[in-house]
Amino acid sequence: MNFDDTPQEAEFRATARAWISANAPKKYEEELRKSSLGRTALKNADILKVAKAWQKKKADAGWACLHWPREYGGRGSSPIERVIWSQEEGPFGQLSRMFIIGHGMCGPTMMAFAREEHKRSYLPPLASGEKVWCQLFSEPAGGSDVAGLRTRAEKEGDDWVINGQKIWTSGAHYSDYGILLTRTDPTVPKHKGLTMFFLDMKSSGVEVRPIKQASGASDFNEVYFTNVRIPDHQRLGEVGDGWNVSLTTLMNERSAIGAAVSTGFPELFEYCSSLMLDDGPAIEDRAVRSKLANWAVKASGLKYTSMRAISALSKGERPGPENSIGKLVAGSMIQDVATYALDLQSASGVISGEDAELAGRFQAMLLRAPGTRVEGGTDEIMRNIIAERVLGLPGDIRVDKDVPFNKIPTKGRG
Amino acid sequence: MNFDFSDDQKQLRDQARKFLAEKCSPKAVRVVLDGKAPYDKELWKGLAGMGFLGVAIPEEFGGAGAGHLELCVIAEEMGRANAPVPFSSTVYLAAEALLIAGSDAQKKKWLPAIASGEAIGTLALFEGKGNPSPKTIKLTATNGVLNGVKKPVADGAIADFAVVAARTGSSGRESDVSLFLVDLKAGGVEVKSLTNLDPTRGQAEITFKDCKAEPLGAAGEGWSILTQVLDRAAVLCAFEQVGGSDRALEMGRDYALDRIAFGRQIGSFQAVKHMLADMYVSATLARSNSYYGAWALSTNAAELPEAAAAARISATQAFQHCAKNNIQVHGGMGFTWEFDCHMYYRRANAMALGLGSLSYWEDRLIDRMRKKNAA
Ligand SMILES: Cc1cc2nc3c(=O)[nH]c(=O)nc-3n(C[C@H](O)[C@H](O)[C@H](O)COP(=O)(O)OP(=O)(O)OC[C@H]3O[C@@H](n4cnc5c(N)ncnc54)[C@H](O)[C@@H]3O)c2cc1C
Ligand SMILES: Cc1cc2nc3c(=O)[nH]c(=O)nc-3n(C[C@H](O)[C@H](O)[C@H](O)COP(=O)(O)OP(=O)(O)OC[C@H]3O[C@@H](n4cnc5c(N)ncnc54)[C@H](O)[C@@H]3O)c2cc1C
Repeated sequence: MNFDDTPQEAEFRATARAWISANAPKKYEEELRKSSLGRTALKNADILKVAKAWQKKKADAGWACLHWPREYGGRGSSPIERVIWSQEEGPFGQLSRMFIIGHGMCGPTMMAFAREEHKRSYLPPLASGEKVWCQLFSEPAGGSDVAGLRTRAEKEGDDWVINGQKIWTSGAHYSDYGILLTRTDPTVPKHKGLTMFFLDMKSSGVEVRPIKQASGASDFNEVYFTNVRIPDHQRLGEVGDGWNVSLTTLMNERSAIGAAVSTGFPELFEYCSSLMLDDGPAIEDRAVRSKLANWAVKASGLKYTSMRAISALSKGERPGPENSIGKLVAGSMIQDVATYALDLQSASGVISGEDAELAGRFQAMLLRAPGTRVEGGTDEIMRNIIAERVLGLPGDIRVDKDVPFNKIPTKGRG
Repeated sequence: MNFDFSDDQKQLRDQARKFLAEKCSPKAVRVVLDGKAPYDKELWKGLAGMGFLGVAIPEEFGGAGAGHLELCVIAEEMGRANAPVPFSSTVYLAAEALLIAGSDAQKKKWLPAIASGEAIGTLALFEGKGNPSPKTIKLTATNGVLNGVKKPVADGAIADFAVVAARTGSSGRESDVSLFLVDLKAGGVEVKSLTNLDPTRGQAEITFKDCKAEPLGAAGEGWSILTQVLDRAAVLCAFEQVGGSDRALEMGRDYALDRIAFGRQIGSFQAVKHMLADMYVSATLARSNSYYGAWALSTNAAELPEAAAAARISATQAFQHCAKNNIQVHGGMGFTWEFDCHMYYRRANAMALGLGSLSYWEDRLIDRMRKKNAA
């Protein structure tokens, strides 16, 4: 067991470092360093444009989607090289945020299920950031219970005709393509009647409506489908096998390694290191230290858990359900960390935005944090996965499993 | 023993609840949330009409002369409705400071105006970061002229007058602090609105430039008056927080009954059930601690400092807990602007800071418990 680079890894690191140093958009470095959950915009530039430019530059030099095969726009790197890259990329890695869904989930799903000619034409521009992808799974009636979705796909000649509504689709407003989970057969039990497609978001009949979030920003959307036609060759997997296909996506979602979920700890530690409290430096205060120490070991526990997962991955093991631990721990932790950072500011912690301490970094974090505990699977679903898939406990009694989808109750009270 | 509110007080609570349900719907709160008005003027007038603004103000000063238990039940309803009005600044802080330390003339001038809804008051205490302490008061008062900056001042942009904490000595002791009354409409002040976590309640920065002010209470007594005001406000705010906690819990419970996932009500999942049960536990502990605070406040008991700190801590924790997990129970819906969950999350986190941090009150509680134990 060791953390040292092998000679090849060291060489890889040196090459990556030199290339980043010569090519990264340095003028945004300071600002990117200061960005954190809830605050990623750039003051004088459109972050999407800056991100796309950086991604394209990386792709042209062979540094995009490192672990993907070369023919699909990647570099064919090992998982460990990918980690080295992200360590070296540092704050510029923040610019990859808008590609996480495309690179982390849509890409792998395409790779596993799309036709070869589609992989060759769609994956390279996805890797290079020229095309952005979104994930169209959740619906008003199905978030945790995503297999409860209602968007219909009906076959008409060589096409499928889509009608229905998706919700919470992150980035749909700037996406070019999406992977879409639909119901093709409502008369069979719900997991059996699903089918996956990919589609052009500019297809006629697709309407994207931004949703204003609790934090005030609008990063996710409602997407309406009215007689949208998708050719059958854009189907991913067999008809009725959409659930299995979507599990590939969701497993990849959990192991979007490298893009480790943020805990807020580095930000808090940095803050406390310079903060003066009423009776001395915060970092020397017993109560502050106790809090910091507790969060420090959670953050390091997550970091080393993910390194163990990467080591396993590099030996060819598949990422398993144990990766659910990352978001479960980080989600509520970042909420607590932000709350505590404001507590340290006392009454003035209520001020947000530019007039606030650190231009409102922790206020923005606090307002964005509740979303983290929900997106990509709620805390409760994560705990169920750990209990059932890792520990082998029996699942909840399922009232909907073997019932035809159209016979499942849809109302609570009354 | 009868550790409960009286039937009359409960009736008052019902009356306040009914009134607020009608006049302070979430839709009305959103007018202020969305920045279309700095506060709800209609509601403010209505509250005056109902006699709620002056419920604890003696009749001779234009109030209803009821008492602090009555004020507590109204505070709870204000919190439950997330009312977008300067109630806490005016009633718990400014009016309490006047009641404790005001001269007869000062009381005659401001208290009837508060009760009738004509005057909004606030307390200008904080000067940037840091918890309430004599050391943090840098604003100076020389011959009744104030110079310095206060921030944040709750409802500072809409207030007509402020109670201002100023430095009048340099001995390094509490007696360096004196209080002043400032008519904010009379010049010598510059007010800047600040964006804040909870847009339904304004925050401001107020710069005092050679601003004329009259003393409130004796010179050098400022800190001791402030300590009393903060304790009293802590109890009253705790009732708002308890009201907010209960509402957040109710919203979560209702959603858990209505929302179906996996063919079942989500409230039938133990994870959700236990989340709601834990919220109930926090809210109940906070309520009981607050009742004790209410007793101490209404009887001016020697236990008030300890009871106030306990109510403050317990209610702050409960409201933050209930508000954040109400969002969690709502899943994606809870994270939208359209659902009301975030209004309570914002209010809970803003209220947690308004009278100084949680850590500050934790410190105070233990100090006071130790003092009592030693006595
Ligand atoms: C910021 C953000 C971004 C998102 N981006 C996307 C995206 O790009 N694409 C996409 O498809 N979706 C996206 N989502 C949707 C997200 O995946 C769902 O919101 C999430 O899975 C929860 O589903 P729901 O909102 O329907 O809540 P519900 O499933 O209705 O959950 C409500 C409550 O019930 C609990 N619950 C439900 N089922 C169970 C159970 N079996 N056991 C115990 N408790 C249970 C939940 O934990 C929660 O507390 C995003 C969500 C957010 C907040
Ligand atoms: C110190 C002590 C004193 C006691 N005194 C008395 C007494 O005076 N009279 C008397 O009649 N009994 C008494 N009991 C027994 C007590 O009521 C039972 O032990 C208790 O109800 C748990 O039942 P069990 O031991 O069968 O455990 P189980 O019911 O088998 O519980 C095992 C675990 O499963 C959990 N669990 C079980 N059902 C559920 C569920 N529906 N939802 C979630 N979790 C669940 C439990 O919380 C526990 O963690 C006493 C027990 C103790 C420990």
